[in-house]
Order: sequence, then C-alpha cells, then structure tokens
Amino acid sequence: MSLTRRQLLQNATSACTASLVTAGASLVALPSMSRAAQVLRPPGALAEDEFLGACLRCGLCVRDCPPKTLKLSDWGDVLTRDWASSTAVGTPYFEARDVPCEMCEDIPCVKACPTAALDHKLTDIADARMGLAVLVDEESCLNFLGLRCDVCYRVCPLIDQAITLEKSSNARSDRHAMFLPTVHADACTGCGKCEKSCVLEQAAIKVLPMTLAKGELGHHYRKGWDSRNTVSQPTFDTPTQRLPEHLQPGELTPLRSGQLPYGAGAPTGGKP
Amino acid sequence: MSAVHSASAHDWAGKAAVAEKGRWLAYRYLVLRRISQVSILLLFLSGPLFGVWIAKGNLSSSLTLGVLPLTDPFALAQVLMTRHWPELSAVIGVAVVLTFYAAVGGRIFCSWVCPVNMATDTASWLRRRLGIRTGRAPVHLRYWLIPCILAASAITGVTVWEWVNPVSLTHRALIFGGYLALGAVAAVFVYDLLIAPHGWCGHLCPVGATYALIGKPSLLRVSAQNSSQCNDCAECYAVCPESHVIPIALKGKEGASPIIQNTDCTLCGRCIDVCAPEVFLYTHRFNHKRV
Repeated sequence: MSLTRRQLLQNATSACTASLVTAGASLVALPSMSRAAQVLRPPGALAEDEFLGACLRCGLCVRDCPPKTLKLSDWGDVLTRDWASSTAVGTPYFEARDVPCEMCEDIPCVKACPTAALDHKLTDIADARMGLAVLVDEESCLNFLGLRCDVCYRVCPLIDQAITLEKSSNARSDRHAMFLPTVHADACTGCGKCEKSCVLEQAAIKVLPMTLAKGELGHHYRKGWDSRNTVSQPTFDTPTQRLPEHLQPGELTPLRSGQLPYGAGAPTGGKP
Repeated sequence: MSAVHSASAHDWAGKAAVAEKGRWLAYRYLVLRRISQVSILLLFLSGPLFGVWIAKGNLSSSLTLGVLPLTDPFALAQVLMTRHWPELSAVIGVAVVLTFYAAVGGRIFCSWVCPVNMATDTASWLRRRLGIRTGRAPVHLRYWLIPCILAASAITGVTVWEWVNPVSLTHRALIFGGYLALGAVAAVFVYDLLIAPHGWCGHLCPVGATYALIGKPSLLRVSAQNSSQCNDCAECYAVCPESHVIPIALKGKEGASPIIQNTDCTLCGRCIDVCAPEVFLYTHRFNHKRV
C-alpha cells in the first residue's frame, strides 16, 4: 500500500484534529469528576475515581431501585438546581434529604450493574458504605438543645449500632440530662434515613461522602488499648512479682509487728 | 462532485423515483428505518411510561426481558482501558452485540438503531433543500478518534468519551429524562447543517466507526446489481450519507463487484429508495451478480 502525499497530509490533519477533540473531551471530563457533598453513590460503589472508569452510565441500577431512590445525573441538574448538586453526567446518585436508600436486603441495584462499578462482593447491605452520617450542627440539633427529639436515632435502620444516644449532663440547667445522637462509623451505611427525617429546616445531621466525613490516622499510630492491635504489644515478658514465701534473714517486718526476730527463737508454735 | 450536486439541485432527490415507482417504494426504507428507530426507543420507554418492562437501561448497556444483555463495544472498550474488569453480563452483552453486527451489518446500528440518525438525516435533508454547500470535515477523523479516546481513557482513568458522546447522551436523555443532554444532539444538528456535510455520522462519530470496523465480515450488503440501468441522475450520491462508498460498486471497471464493500456504508437503503431505475438492492456479500 502506497501512501501519497495527499493522504499523508489528510491523515496528519485528522490525527491532530482527533487529538484536539479528545483533549477537549478530557477537559470536559476531568473538572466534572468532582461531585457535590450531598451527592451519594449507590451501595457498593467503587471509590469515586475508579467508579468513573467503571460505570457505563446505563441506568440499570436506577431501573432496579424499588423505592426509586437512584437517579441518573443530567447536565440539566447543573442549571435547574444549585451548581453544587451536580455530578458526572449520566452517573447514578441519590440525595439523602431527597430520597434516602431503603437498604433493600437483596441489593437489586448492585445485582443489576453489568460492569461491577457497584461491587458485586457486597452481599450484606449492612456492609455498604455509601457515606457517613455526621451531626454537622450541634448548635441547632434539638437533642443538643436539651430536648428529646431522637428522630434520627429512631429511624436509623441500625439503631443502637450506627446511632446511639449518649447521656450527658445538661450544664445549662444543671439538673437535666441530654441524650446526644452519636454516629459510629463502624456501623453506619450512609443510607441517609437520619438526614431525611431530621425535623429541622436544614438537617443537622447529614450524610457525607466518606472522603469528606472521615479523618485518617497516621499509619504509624498504634492504639495500645485496642485488642485487635497486635503490632504494638510489649515484646518483653510481663514482669512477675516475686514475693517471699518465707521470711528472709534480716527481715525487719516481724520485729515491727512485735514478733520475735527470725532466728532468735524458732517460730515454732506461734506467739510467745 | 460539484457536477453531481448541481444535478440534484433544482429537483429534490427522489422526485423521479416517486413518479416511477410510487410513494411507498420511493420512501420504503426511510419509513422502515424510522419505524425501527422509534420502536427501539419505545422498547426502552414502555417501562417508565406504561409500566411494561421490555428493555431496561440504554444503548450503553441494557437488559431485555430480563435475559438478553447488550453492551456497547466502544463504551466497554473505554472501561477496559481504565483497567477495570466488568461483570460477566457486560462481557456477554458485548459478545452478543459483536456477533450480531459482525454477522448482519456493522453500521445498521447507525441507520436503524441510533437516535442521532434522525437529527443528522434531517440536517442533511435541510442542507439539500436550502442549498447549503459550506464546510467539510477532515477525512478518516473518526478512525483516528478511536485510538485517541482509548489512550485518553487509559491515561485519565475515566471513560472520556461518555462525557460528550451525543449518541449515549441523547438516548439516555430520551429515556431517563434530562433535557440539557439533548443539547448534544442539537449541537450535532447545527454541526451537520452548517459546518460539515454528514459531519457527525460520516466523519466524527467514533461509535459509528467502531461499528464500521465490526461490520467488516458482515453478510448484508447493498449491491448496484442493475448498474446497466443507471441513468446518471446522481440522486444516490445526493442522499447517501457516505457517498464515497458508491462509485466502485456502481461505476467499477469491467469485472468489479457490484457489492458495496466499504463498511462505511450504513445500509440505510436510501439509494435503493431514490433510484428510479432500481439499480440498487439489498443482498448478501457473496452475490456478485451484475446485470
């Protein structure tokens, strides 16, 4: 096959144009990889950067979501609502304050995903980590004001595991108790029931993506009191206390107790 | 080519065919294609609109009647380039699609399935009607775009084209709602109308180009079997979205096959419709008969 100069130039033009078009597409893609804090991914979603490479944006998870929690993002979201509630076009998401996840036991959305952008290894919905509930505003939370609202605690599908009420004294009245809703990251799935049902105008408890909600301890930190922590166990043997079973020569204790000194008279039969 | 265009300028393409063969035969495949395109949309829409679920998902990946997975090869290729391995259903889906289009005809996706085709057909019809002659697109651009996009997906780790792909954006917007994504199809329409003739489907779209590559071995072809009847009206060139595929089959030297070999051909059948002397017909790739 011979290549004429004309063909060479045409193809060079096309190759350059193709690179430019691709660069343009990448420039559209990369900034819109960010997602707003209230945008939550379906259960089992991979970490965001992997998710955007794995998701085909087919909407099969949306179709198989019984409570219609999930929706596909549209460019229109950007204009019709606030800018913040946008995410990569065509990808599935939900907003907890809008419709929270009902935590279906059979997790149909994950089963529907053809590309494992929703990880099929997730079989127990209690292991899902869609986000983490954070009591973002203690100043307006009714329980922190000393009232017994408790709604977030009551609606939590993992009540007493994901959210507990921690009793503390109300310093303001000095005689009442406060029951403070406390989220535990080892149990919270990020379903958003608490955020949805918060009675305030703006929810005081909000589900945030893990990356925003969680700190991360330096990897060299070891909690000595953690029973799972085996790395920092003391390497020396526990010191054993050797207490004398018999009185030693020169021991003064018996003298002080009024007993005969050891050796001065055999302690044969008790008291003198 | 300018002579070709001016020949069809004062009369609309297909006028002679309507007079000769009647309205139905002059528009047969155009009508059938529109029915096909709309029916496929309805298969996806019957669920959300009427609660009758036939096909779920969209053209990127779908599940029909709960058993038949179908996955777009180009979209999945981007996923694979991000070094993510999909579930089995996507692999089966892409295998079904590859088998079907490789066996039947690669770009029948473009002309019989893709929703963008309605917009680009309208744009090129308007171009002819309004006599717009401006613009051109670089040749082979779509075939260069495929490796560029795959490389960009590998580098960025995201499915780059799915942010801007008018095919999936349009189909998704029609089925899942979202009017702004329909802006993509509007952009394609304007591009085809004013900037480049047959610009999108014929020069840019890497999805269509992928189907053209898949269709290399396919059976269904258009043949200029009755080329001796050709009266050089050039209406087939005027309506063909890939007019470079016609000459060899129609005017090839002695012994050349009348089969359109180039898989850029979308098998839309408009040439069959508009040809008054009925030069063209659908046939299989091994039928080299010429009359």
